[in-house]
Amino acid sequence: MELTRRNALAIGAGAFAATILPFKVSAAADEAMMAFTGGADVADGGITITSPEIAENGNTVPVSVDAPGAVSILLLADGNPDPKTAVANFGPLAAAQKVSMRIRLAGSQNIVAIAKMADGSFVKASNPIKVTIGGCGG
Amino acid sequence: MASGVKPRVKVPKSAAAGSSITIKTLISHKMESGRRKNKAGELIPRSIINRFTCEFNGQPVIEVLMEPSISTNPFFEFDATVPEAGEFKFTWYDDDGDVYETSKPVAIA
Amino acid sequence: MKNKSLKATFGAAAAMAVLALGSSAAFAETDLDKELIVNGEEKLVTRAPAADHLKGHLKEVFSGWVFRADETQALQMDDFDNPGMIFVDQARDAWDTVEGTEGKSCASCHGTVEESMAGVKAVYPKWNEAAGEVRSLDMQINDCRTTRMGAEPWKLTKGKMTAMNALITLQSRGMPVNVAIDGPVQSMWERGKEMYYTKTGQLEMSCANCHEDHYDNYIRADHLSQGQINGFPVYRLKNAKLNAVHARFKGCVRDTRAETYKPGSEDFLALELYVASRGNGLSVEGPSVRN
Repeated sequence: MELTRRNALAIGAGAFAATILPFKVSAAADEAMMAFTGGADVADGGITITSPEIAENGNTVPVSVDAPGAVSILLLADGNPDPKTAVANFGPLAAAQKVSMRIRLAGSQNIVAIAKMADGSFVKASNPIKVTIGGCGG
Repeated sequence: MASGVKPRVKVPKSAAAGSSITIKTLISHKMESGRRKNKAGELIPRSIINRFTCEFNGQPVIEVLMEPSISTNPFFEFDATVPEAGEFKFTWYDDDGDVYETSKPVAIA
Repeated sequence: MKNKSLKATFGAAAAMAVLALGSSAAFAETDLDKELIVNGEEKLVTRAPAADHLKGHLKEVFSGWVFRADETQALQMDDFDNPGMIFVDQARDAWDTVEGTEGKSCASCHGTVEESMAGVKAVYPKWNEAAGEVRSLDMQINDCRTTRMGAEPWKLTKGKMTAMNALITLQSRGMPVNVAIDGPVQSMWERGKEMYYTKTGQLEMSCANCHEDHYDNYIRADHLSQGQINGFPVYRLKNAKLNAVHARFKGCVRDTRAETYKPGSEDFLALELYVASRGNGLSVEGPSVRN
């Protein structure tokens, strides 16, 4: 079987999924996480990231993060040269602790969201996003 | 002064007291990341909007601290509670010191 | 200069791409029936029977919207999600701005854009009797600016022109594209048609090779559309701005590794006329959102 781009992508997806556990981030992302959590334990769950499996174009990728009861959410793009992407701080008049935005991704990578909850604890989630190089899209 | 920067926000004209509404905000801004190079191979310096806030009658709804990974023409969508009639104020802070603002009133239905 | 091995490689790659599509689960099947409804109320026609002049070539025509990922499609379904609309807002300001030696704004002659420009874009490019030539909307805008406002013409591919084109296009949104192909425009239309089917460049590809023979297939990771222009000006995620038709044509021709043409040239005007007519029956969509 010839290693076409499509097959490589499919194989890569499997390998990619395997690299998600155990949870590992780049040094720069880790630094940003530390600054946000102060080194506290970060549990899984309680926060949802909605993002495409394959980004049609890495320059503008719609993502949203939702963490009911959070005070603030840190969003990291683990494969970007500067992984720290945004920090959303929710005020008393935020009807929900969620926000949607559009981000740039330098290549296929995980995006990671960490929420600081009202009781001072932290939770996280991460989604892989594949970023393809176009064809003749000019 | 970043030129041609224009905000565009969607806020319902009225809402029931205490209800939640969805707000969408867009602003035209290059969000120069500081990672691109010009034709001579020199790095183009970073120049982005680094902070966005939304307030209602002076009370905070949301604040987003923004970094270069946010796309050109930054977009945010979020939900806000409308306790009474009043005005939403949206503010964007540029690296170069400029501040862009717009506001939208909401009546109680 | 023929490069046989390059052609063979490309042909093989294209064939593999076509074959690989069937076997991969990574790319979902295109939903050709998906409806484009803007702001929850405006339904746009994205699938229509092909115009008579396409007999033997295409049975149906599809808007480029149909071929994009779900997330990209969603961006066009609300005028506050659509990033192209911030530039439409800028053009609204420009519409009312006095410019040039005559002390006029667009509004001075045309009144509101909603009333004066309804239905205009849907029939462009078209014959201008007084000027005795085929004109694109951009040409007409510049003619107004230079002869009536005494203002500087706008560059076709830059922000001010694409924004104004988008504002005017919006006033035809939802109306069927209805470009005339006979009478005084016929010879230019035939010229555009010939260009469309002529192979060019080191890669020896014509527009038709991708957009007629292989729409809905993938070329590398790009999902090919029919290359319709009913959605122009288009906000591309790739460059985060509004793009003009001629700018896209220029890129496509360059991608065949040919010497490309200039935006605003008669060659591209002929091509724009022909390609617009291939979309007759689809709704005017602009400003649209694509990859």
